[in-house]
Amino acid sequence: MVEGDHDFGTVTDRISDYTLKKKTPFGWFIGFGISFLVMQLLMFAVTNLLARGIGVWGNNQPVGWAFDIINFVWWIGIGHAGTLISAILLLLNQKWRTSINRFAEAMTLFAVACAAMFPLLHTGRPWLAAYWLFPYPNTMGIWPQFRSPLIWDVFAVSTYASISLLFWYVGLIPDLATLRDRAKNKFFKFIYAILSWGWRGSARHWHRYEIAYLILAGISTPLVLSVHSIVSFDFSVSQVPGWHATIFPPYFVAGAIFAGFAMVLILCIPLRAWYNMKDFITQTHLIYMGKVMLATGLIVVYGYAMEAFFGWYSASEYEVFMIKNRIWTGPYWWSYWLLIICNGLSIQLLWFKRFRESAFWLFMISLVVSVGMWLERFVIIVTSLNRDFLPSSWAMYSPTYIDWSMFIGTIGFFFTLIFLFVRFLPVISIFEVRTLLPQANVHGHQQDFDESVLEVEYTYDKTDPGFTK
Amino acid sequence: MEKNIYGILAEFDTPTQLVDAARQVRDAGYTKTDAFSPFPLHEIDEALGIKRSILPYLVFCGAVTGLLTGIGLQVFVHYIDYPLNVGGRPYVSIPSFVPPAYELTILFAGFTAVFGMLFLNGLPRPYHPVFNVERFALATREKFFLIIEAEDPKFDYEETRSFMESLDPQEVFDVDE
Repeated sequence: MVEGDHDFGTVTDRISDYTLKKKTPFGWFIGFGISFLVMQLLMFAVTNLLARGIGVWGNNQPVGWAFDIINFVWWIGIGHAGTLISAILLLLNQKWRTSINRFAEAMTLFAVACAAMFPLLHTGRPWLAAYWLFPYPNTMGIWPQFRSPLIWDVFAVSTYASISLLFWYVGLIPDLATLRDRAKNKFFKFIYAILSWGWRGSARHWHRYEIAYLILAGISTPLVLSVHSIVSFDFSVSQVPGWHATIFPPYFVAGAIFAGFAMVLILCIPLRAWYNMKDFITQTHLIYMGKVMLATGLIVVYGYAMEAFFGWYSASEYEVFMIKNRIWTGPYWWSYWLLIICNGLSIQLLWFKRFRESAFWLFMISLVVSVGMWLERFVIIVTSLNRDFLPSSWAMYSPTYIDWSMFIGTIGFFFTLIFLFVRFLPVISIFEVRTLLPQANVHGHQQDFDESVLEVEYTYDKTDPGFTK
Repeated sequence: MEKNIYGILAEFDTPTQLVDAARQVRDAGYTKTDAFSPFPLHEIDEALGIKRSILPYLVFCGAVTGLLTGIGLQVFVHYIDYPLNVGGRPYVSIPSFVPPAYELTILFAGFTAVFGMLFLNGLPRPYHPVFNVERFALATREKFFLIIEAEDPKFDYEETRSFMESLDPQEVFDVDE
């Protein structure tokens, strides 16, 4: 899993030098600058929204949920791959997760931060959200409605954000101690010392640390599955045709992992090239991620097939109408077919070794999949709502420029945070990469004996007069 | 004991040497010992005789507390404090109460795991005597260290130091208090 000739020292130096020593690459400034500028769109959109109210968005009746929920689900789905990599692959003992888990977890955190903005701002007055969202004993005696999936979502997402933050931070502690011990700059040494809590690598500490880390992985696994299931309950618990389907939880979870792996690839392919990390993020990593994308993508395609099947099999007039409206008779038919092309057809390339092994193609397919997963939420939300039960209330939905600025602004926000993370924190988990090296194994005495026997035989062969190459 | 020292620290190059040395230290009857490594070593637990932590039990208690908080909160809100008839559903709608209670279980368990671990480890502790040894900075990079603390009942400066030297370390250091 680690390529090249490395020992504990060189691994440590290579990864920590990205943060401490190496001159910041020019590309970093370009990337950060662009992301930071794009982030200003978010500023513009939010200011506009708060000053003028949510009428500046394109939401209407019957499409009361639009960009805010599309983008919320899109971002939160992207976050899921980070937890999958850090928790589920840890439990499954997949060693290849080690070089990518750190920034996948960072990606989770930043994606959840972007996601959380949308429902909060959809309230129009987020400063009042404390008693709308959380069971906070206020003077008006109002409580949230716990029978509503929307409040389940609040609990799921806030738990998810907290646990992801803890998981990420706990993983960082030993590496921050490494940075503390290696930093030359007094100021950064101090900051890393504070952040590492005085970690000194004691055996007793490692013992508890590993238990805590494993428990966190163990509880994050059901957590990550529950979060997107609960997000899907926002739809499937309602009665709206196109939303009220039992396939939703597994189909949403698979879609989340699918979108998340696409985002991990989008981030790690350039990172690996610019920072010359090919020793740690190897070809094998990319191929594995491509395979995970293919597998989860096929589950998602199965979900699309099942949605159509359920519509027909329900024998409900409204369900059948919704499916027809979504696929060919409705005004948004093009979004459905674009979705099928992006999510269904593009990933078929991953069956072929040629595409799986090429960083360029993986990157392109990931971009297409990200667009596709966004379209999926657009299709689910807009095509289900725009023609509801009463033809008199039908209406078209189109996002305003404020909707677009806010969405694009969050992408800028996300990449700004990613760039800052890459600059100031170790992007790869250093201590876990050390454990991947062959030197990290403790040899028992029996094994030492076997090895020396092997060595003797090998030397003997070489010195044998009859030995020819 | 003439010098005011915290303990005697030995440096090793490989994890195998560290584990072997730790076994010998334990066999020699020292109990106030510790090892430092740049990554977790499972073998060291057995070699130093580290007992399994009580952390998992704490986490279980945290999880149960979270579950009870979740159920208690929702029952309080919808049954005791402000009963509200929504579509004729029962006031205690258990199936609807599952997701928040489930999330709170995980939230409390996670917080207990992390802060329990830090608390049991005695962290944060920005200062520790071992940091006085300059080469100890390598413990977070590539080197392996073993310490016998002066508090150990068997500790005797001369004897312990020569014992440490007999373990074939790279170097032996006195750790100042």
